[in-house]
Amino acid sequence: MLKSFHIAIKDLRTEFRTKQMLNSMIVFSLIVIVIFGISFSDVAGDMEVIEQLAPGILWISFAFVATIGISRSFSDEIKNRCIDGLRMCPVDTGAIYTGKMLSTIMLLFIVEMLVIPLFSVMFNYTIQGVPELVLIIFLGTAGIVCVGLLLSAITINSRSGELLLPVLLFPLIIPVIIPAVISTGKILAGGSISDIIDELRLLGVYVIIFYVISRILFEYTIQE
Amino acid sequence: MNSIVSVKGLHKTFGGRPVLSNINMEVSSGEFVVIFGPNGAGKTTLIKTIATLTQPTKGIVSIEGREAHKHSVDVRRSIGLVSHDTFLYDSLTAEENLLFYGRMFGVDEELLKNRVNQLISDSGLDMRMRDRVATFSKGMKQRLSIARALIHSPCVLLLDEPYSGLDPEATEIFNNFVIRDKDIRVKIMASHNIENGFKLCTRAVIVQNGKIVFNRQKSDIGDAEDFELIYREILGF
Repeated sequence: MLKSFHIAIKDLRTEFRTKQMLNSMIVFSLIVIVIFGISFSDVAGDMEVIEQLAPGILWISFAFVATIGISRSFSDEIKNRCIDGLRMCPVDTGAIYTGKMLSTIMLLFIVEMLVIPLFSVMFNYTIQGVPELVLIIFLGTAGIVCVGLLLSAITINSRSGELLLPVLLFPLIIPVIIPAVISTGKILAGGSISDIIDELRLLGVYVIIFYVISRILFEYTIQE
Repeated sequence: MNSIVSVKGLHKTFGGRPVLSNINMEVSSGEFVVIFGPNGAGKTTLIKTIATLTQPTKGIVSIEGREAHKHSVDVRRSIGLVSHDTFLYDSLTAEENLLFYGRMFGVDEELLKNRVNQLISDSGLDMRMRDRVATFSKGMKQRLSIARALIHSPCVLLLDEPYSGLDPEATEIFNNFVIRDKDIRVKIMASHNIENGFKLCTRAVIVQNGKIVFNRQKSDIGDAEDFELIYREILGF
């Protein structure tokens, strides 16, 4: 696990230094929220309508931002064949996958936490149940990243990898998006944690299953 | 003499096409084996297979008596690999790259700082240790790449075409750096640079079409010119 943290710290250090991925993700999420904000400017401040719109707008933004982040997650490793450098280290390939997963979740989570207040400002809307919302977003992001990283490792060497990734990713993350959208809607409508327990359970199970499967399969994706 | 690296009956095929055929090789402590051969002869595949990066189709590679592909995680502690790809992160500094790889190899944190300083000094990069690798020349990157490969004090150093892109001065600095480390018990290098390769080796091996066609101690060959004649004769040009 310690080795996974070293990989995650290395990834975050390189990303905060270059800001290649962060800048793209922040700009993209800004554009999405601003476009929706302009489109629905008539209903800004209308709590009932926004409660209906918010889950969809937020998760559209999160899903697309995740695609950008995930598609770039292995770009540093491919350059100079650093992935072979990692494979030469005395670590299980699962530890490499876990490290990449931790850093990608962290980066996406940072962007998502910037989107929430922006959404609140654009729609003149006071977000309720922030701790519950943070939990949903965290689990949803972890679910998307678990599957996405495996697909990214598969597609990174193909010529049209960045085009292929969303095509493969979106059908697989439907079981994450549905409970995430439903539970976000319930929390924004004033629900409590007990109202979203089924959705959280579903998200949790998805994360565990796909983490285990992806960790095992990851070895085969980076083999020559 | 007990061999540190042992390759027995190694075969490797890619999509049904044989790349290595029945490779047998024993490398003992103190040896510097240089594998020569034209492009596509199978040198890189052989180095990668010894390094555990590529699975053999058939045959066994052992490092210090341990079967490399069965105990790959453990065996990698004994191997340092320098390739024409540097395995270095451009946006990290030289020091950060070495610290990262040292931690990945589980080098003790206190020892690691000293080891990093020593290797950076040996590679002549003291003044640039806190600069990003992206700003380095090819020669500097290659020297840092050796430092990276030596960070965990391996007993086997594998070098795959390390001279590509290096000018004569950088090559000389690189050679001195490789020769200097006395902790390495075995060095195996793949190269098509006969002059440099023969100067460094204690044994020369020629690979052609995935087979070892020549394997002899340097003392039995003569000088570089003699070897070049043998090389040309074997390869038929």
